[in-house]
Parts: sequence; C-alpha cells; structure tokens
Amino acid sequence: MSEINLPAAAEPVDPVGLKALGIAAAIAVLLAAPFLASEYWINAIIVPFLILSLAGLGLNLLTGYAGQLSLGAGAFMMVGAYATFSLQLRVPDLPLPLALVVAGLIAGAVGLLFGIPSTRIKGFYLIVSTLAAQFFFEWLFLKFPWFYNGNSSATIALSRGLSFFGLEANTPHGRYYLTLGIVALLTLLSFNLIRGQTGRNWMAIRDMDTAAAVIGVPVFRAKLQAFAVSSFILGIAGALWAFAYLGSASVQSFGLTRSYQILFIIIIGGLGTIRGAYFGAAFVSLLPLALDWLFQHVFGGHVDAGLLQNIQKAIFGLLIIWFLIKEPEGLARLLGLQRAQGARRRLFPS
Amino acid sequence: MTTSAGPALEVRNVSLSFKGVKAISDLSFQVERREICALIGPNGAGKSSLLNILNGVYIPDSGEIVFEGEHFRRMQPLEAARRGIGRGFQNNALFSGMSVLDNVIAGLSRKSRVTLVEEAFRLPRALSQEKAFRARALDVLKLFDLEKHAETVVGTLPYGVQKKVEIARAIVAKPRLLLLDEPLAGMNAAEKQEIAAVIARLNRELDLTVVLIEHDIGIVLKLAHHVVVLDYGRKLADGPPETIRDNPDVIAAYLGAQHAEAAA
Amino acid sequence: MNMFLETLIGGLLAGTMYSLVAIGFVLIYKASGVFNYAQGSLLLFGALTFVTLTDQGVPALGAIAVTIALLIVTAIAIEKLLLRPLTNRSPMTLFMATLGLSYVVEGVAQGIMGSQVRALNLGIDDLPIFLGDIMISQFDLIAAGVALAIVVVLSLLFNRTRIGIQLRGVADDTRAALSLGIDINRIWQIVWAVAGLVGLVAGLLWGARQGVQFSLSLVVLKALPVLIIGGFTSIPGAIVGGLIVGAGESLAETYIGPYLGGGITPWFAYVLALVFLFIRPAGLFGERQIERV
Repeated sequence: MSEINLPAAAEPVDPVGLKALGIAAAIAVLLAAPFLASEYWINAIIVPFLILSLAGLGLNLLTGYAGQLSLGAGAFMMVGAYATFSLQLRVPDLPLPLALVVAGLIAGAVGLLFGIPSTRIKGFYLIVSTLAAQFFFEWLFLKFPWFYNGNSSATIALSRGLSFFGLEANTPHGRYYLTLGIVALLTLLSFNLIRGQTGRNWMAIRDMDTAAAVIGVPVFRAKLQAFAVSSFILGIAGALWAFAYLGSASVQSFGLTRSYQILFIIIIGGLGTIRGAYFGAAFVSLLPLALDWLFQHVFGGHVDAGLLQNIQKAIFGLLIIWFLIKEPEGLARLLGLQRAQGARRRLFPS
Repeated sequence: MTTSAGPALEVRNVSLSFKGVKAISDLSFQVERREICALIGPNGAGKSSLLNILNGVYIPDSGEIVFEGEHFRRMQPLEAARRGIGRGFQNNALFSGMSVLDNVIAGLSRKSRVTLVEEAFRLPRALSQEKAFRARALDVLKLFDLEKHAETVVGTLPYGVQKKVEIARAIVAKPRLLLLDEPLAGMNAAEKQEIAAVIARLNRELDLTVVLIEHDIGIVLKLAHHVVVLDYGRKLADGPPETIRDNPDVIAAYLGAQHAEAAA
Repeated sequence: MNMFLETLIGGLLAGTMYSLVAIGFVLIYKASGVFNYAQGSLLLFGALTFVTLTDQGVPALGAIAVTIALLIVTAIAIEKLLLRPLTNRSPMTLFMATLGLSYVVEGVAQGIMGSQVRALNLGIDDLPIFLGDIMISQFDLIAAGVALAIVVVLSLLFNRTRIGIQLRGVADDTRAALSLGIDINRIWQIVWAVAGLVGLVAGLLWGARQGVQFSLSLVVLKALPVLIIGGFTSIPGAIVGGLIVGAGESLAETYIGPYLGGGITPWFAYVLALVFLFIRPAGLFGERQIERV
C-alpha cells in the first residue's frame, strides 16, 4: 500500500480573510473567463472541459464513492442527450433548463434500472450490467428513427439552439455560462450528498461490503441511489455535450470509448474525490494540445492524426497504470491540493 | 415485540458447513437477557461463523435461531441490525480516512428519514437530522471518553482506541444484543482491562446483552457471566465461568489430549 | 426444422470461437486472480504482428515464431511492471490496470503497425459443408476443432506436467504455494505467455474471419458474457459458456431479432449473462465466493 500521511487533527482554520479572498478571486476569474479567453478556447477547450468534469463527477459518485464499477457512462449520457432532444422537439413549450432536469430524471431512472443487478452481483461482474446498457442504447437509438426524428444522418440537434428560460445562449459566452452554472450547481449538490448520510452509506458499501449491511447501512437502497444520482448527472452532462459543445450528436459521440474516457478521467484525477473529476478532465482536455505542441516544436510540423491518437492512447494507458501503482488518489493528491480537512476526504481503497 | 421473559437469544441445533467442512455441528445454547456470554475455543472452532449466522451473513444448513421470541433461520443482515443486533468485527471495519465521529454516525444510517433531495439541497429536515445524529454520536463517544478525538482521523489512532470507536459505532443505534468478535485482540494488558471495563459498563448501564468471542481466558473468566466452549464446531462445555475453568474436556481441547491424560 | 438446426449449429460453432478467447481469460484469472481486460489487445497485437510480418514477405512459420517470442517478452514485461507492483491490491484496481494495459498495447501496436484493416489468410477456405440439407461453415468447423485441440493440450499441461501442477497450486492457494517454494512470479510469466499464445491462435482465427483491425480487441467484450455464464475459473466452463452464448445469439437473432428490427447480437449476450447472474452469481461452473466478515 502506498504511504498515506494522515494528519492527526484538522488543519487550523485559515484566517477568514485570506480564504474568502481566495474564493472571491476564483469566482471572479470564472465569471470573467469568457472575456479573457479566445472564442476558440471557450468552444474547444473550456466548455468540453466543464462538461467532462461533470460527467466525471457523475461517474465518480458511482464508482469512486460507492465502489460500483461502471463502463456505461456513455450510455447514460446518451439517454440524457436523446431525452433532451425528444423533449425539446415534442414539448416545445418546456424551457431548456427544465428539459434538462427531466432528461436527467429519465437518465436517472434508466440508471436505476441497470443498477438493480448490483444488489446481487458484486465486483467487476457488475460491468456486465453497464456494458449491457451501453450496447443496448447504442442499438436502440440507431434502430428506431423516432429517437432522432427520422433525419437521414441519425443525428440529434436542438433546432432552436440553446436557451436559458428565453434568453438565447447560442454564443460562446452563452454556452459557457449555461454550462458553468449547471456544473457548479450539480457539483454543489453532489458535495452536500457526499458530506451527509448518503456519502457515508456509499463509502460503507465500497469499503465494507457485507459488513456495511451488518452495521445497518441500507445497502440495497443506497446502491440504487448511487446509480440513479450518477446517471442523472451523466444524463445532463450528455445533453450538454451534445448541444452545448458538439452542436449535433449521434450514438458515436457516446460510444464505449466515451465510457472508457470518463473512467480514465476519474482514475487519473482521483477516485472518490469531488475535485478528481476536474483534474482528470483538465488533463484529458489538455493532453492532446500538449502533445500536438510537442510534436510541432520537437519534430517540426503536425503529426498524423491517427498516429497522434495512438500515441495518446498509449500514454493514457501508461498513466492509468502509473497512477494505480503510485498514486491511487490520482492528481487530486499528487498536486498536493488534497487538504486534510480533518476527515472529510476518503482515500480510495487500493 | 420483545417478550419480557425468556432468554434473549437461543441457538437451537445449528449446523453449518463450507464445501464439506463442518464449521458448526448441532450447536445449542441460550443467552439470558443482560448477560455477558463468552464464546471460547481454539481457532477454527466455528465461533466467528456463529456470529455471522446471527447477523444474517451465513445461512445455517439446519437449526434455527430464536431472538427475543422470534424464530428464524436466516435474517438479512440489515434486518438483523434493525431488530437490534449490533456487531463488532475482528478486523475493525472502520473508515480509516474519516473522523471518529463520522465513523460512529455511520452506525445510525438505518435511522435516517431524510430523502436524497433534502440532503442535496441542505433543507432544514436534513440539517436537523444531521445535527441530531452528531449529538447522539457524541454522547456515545463520551461513554468511551473519546469526545476529544471526535474530529480525529481514525486511522491515526492507536489500535485500542480504534476498537473503542468500533464498539461505539456498534452501540450508537441502541442495539439490544451486542456481538463482539475478539474485541481484545492485539492489545496489551492495560488496553485489555480498559476495553473489558467498557464492555462491563455497557452491559450494566445500557441493559445490553453481550455475546463475545475472546481468547484471553483470564479476562473471560472475570468478565463473563456465562461461558460456552466450542471445539471443532461442537459445544464442549456450557456454564458459569468457574465450572469451565476446571472442566477436563476444555483443558484437553486447548492443550491437547496428552495433557488431559496426564492431568487425569 | 432445418433452419433451426442450421442456426443452432452455426451458433455453436461460432461459440467455440468465443470459448477460445475466454480460455485465455480463465488461465490468467485462475493464476493471478485478475480479469485481464487487455486480453483482447494482446489478441490484436499477436494477429497484427503476424500479419505485418507476412505482408513484408516473412514466411508464415517465421512470423509465428517471432510473434510468439514477442508475446513471451510481453508477458514477462507485464508480470514485472504491472502485476508485481500491484500485488495485494483490490481486484478493482487490478482490473483497471489491465484496462490501462489494453490502451498501451493497442496504442503501441497500432502506432507501429498502422490502424487499417488487414486481411489475414490462413489458407482455410470458408466453404460450406452440407450435412444433409444443413449448411455448415468449414471454417467454423476447423476453428471448433482447434479450440478442442487447445483444450486437450491445456488439460494435459495442467494435469500431467510439473509446471501445470504448480500452476494449479498457485491458482488454488497462492500463499501455500509460496510456502512450498513455488516461484510465483515465474508461474505468472508462464501463464501470461500461455494466455498470450492462446490469444494468438484466437486472434489469427478471428482475424481470418473478419480481418485484422481494432475491432478485434473488442472480442474481449464478447468473452465477458461467456465467462459470466461459464464461470471465471473453469476451462470446461468457458467452452460451455461459449457454446451457450454462441447458440443463444444465433437463435435470438434469427427468431427474436425480426420483431425488434434485427441487429440484436451486440447486446443480447449481455442480457443473457445478466439473467444467468441473477440465478447463479458465480456462473455455471464457477466457485461460489465465501464472504468473510
């Protein structure tokens, strides 16, 4: 087991002034970002980064906190995206934010359904259930034109674009603020869940398995809650991915590769932490850029896209292995930002 | 509901085997209310397995358990907890990265009446429940003299203290029967005395029936009201501590047949 | 009736191909307790190496020899760099490590040898054989034969050779094996190499069937339902599981598929596996895990 340094008591509280100032500064930067960054950066890096973080957050609740391995992140994102599309198409009076919530609930219900096997199946056998979901929905949303309204390329897009209760949000700035708001809100809600009874239940299931039920944790219910909440968040992330980032999406956007990607994000970023999703997503978003830059400067000229992809793949794989060996808590710990708030964080059992 | 008369717990003709190996053979004994009953015997005698049956983790091949007048062969672990059976484990199933208080509160999980949404939005009901749970957990910690460690990360505490936390968690939901699996294992003499005193206190002050597995015969003889000796899954002896101490079968089981012959 | 038999037999034979892949998993799981998600990647790696070499003009036998050598080296590397540092870690951690490994192997293999589809010709023509009115694929029949041969060889290996017995000891009780002086690391290297070889055979057969390309590594996803149904620790189980999945998929596509619009094979096996898991969480032949609290 890697050496874990646990401080004996909570770190002394920062002088209130400094902490508040730090938070205020962070918020200011977040709000001002669209005016500081180029359109390219907002559209191609920042918005997808935020959405991937959200997806990572959703998956981390299920896999990192509740210990239920899932390779179905793509499927639940897909359900959210397609549900949003259907709602916008068939219930035109529904404001987009509400459509997102309903789509999330639908995704959550689907997640719950595919989570039922978790009450009987343990460990990595469980990936059968989420893989079943992954393959099933890849088939479903392609097979029946009703889901994509019969258009010839089987893609979905929002005809009226993004809007926030009537305000148009089709610009980079609009997309950014909409995404930021949703991600911030859901992160906050998740944080509250983790700190309370639900979080404790999930961690009990992850760490103590049978013993959890013995000490009185409602294992069945808590597992289903994990699937439901996780899929709710993934569903919304999927909708954002399709309509706030890609513009139009299809089944391919949410394939098994996407499921892998989200899982990698939380492994690299830190399983069982809230901030892990952000670190992982940042890494995944920036690595291609970094590699491209590297090749440009070291080898002169851009490298073949296919080769670049394969190199990235190999690097990701190596990093996964490296992180699992050396730092199971991922970047969250590595960057030393894992403040020991006395006891709040939980180390993922290695 | 609980019957006021009769034993708290009855084990009736329970047998259990794993892949052909008999862990428990036709075991029967009773535990009276508010009694401390110690299960002793050489390793592999089936003691932990019996506790696991009582908690609903294993299903006996035959026989039944009667707890507070209700008969059952198998209970789901959660149901056992709900009926008031608390459990301490051999390996201290604690969250080593969380605080003492959080660990103890985890034992109150089944009492939660708050929904997901209320928790997520920190609505008043959720906040007040959390507060109530924290208060109750803190009260329990006070019983163990642990309130000063409430916010300490459990993994950093000495083993003996961790054990206390574990027992605290087991009783925070006010069980009527407490099952402890080797609560004194790995401790030095002073720690053992301390924990034994805690168990005795809990038994007296909380009217708690206790069944514990323990190897330290000295402590057992002083702490327990009733001792059951197991060997290879069979009951060897059953009675007050004094009768057990001099029982030749018990001595033989622990020391081997030759010694028993020499003593005879 | 004929269509039923044809579908069934076709499915069973196809199932043996699945079994072949699954056997590789069983070997590794039995010896190291890890579900090797990278088995599919190793499969791809083997097939790709072979095809690349033969495309360059290397004679088949030489190409096989080189590929086998590479697989052995890879197995040793995996044992040293992945398994050893991760000893005693949770199964989930090990599984995720093999997930990472699959990415490394695929990235490297395709980075070096390219990602286009390559045809693989093993000299086996896919001619139909007729049994009465029932059409059977010659290729499938030969593949089934190969699978059977491998099972026979493996059981001889496990039951008659010293290494084989040591392997079973390690699978049964690692600690006891250690105390007997068995070199665990060596055993793991051997097992991973053997699994790699079995994977190579499977990879060549699959590659001949559908071309050597990235999707080959996805056969691992088909192996999972097979292992769920047949158990992770049993080679006969892998055979039976493969047969069930193969036949099940084939029959489902023919008889249920039309009502659902067809193309249900990607997910049907998984649903089947889920049903099995509910009935028997450890698979038909698997060992029931005893929980310790």
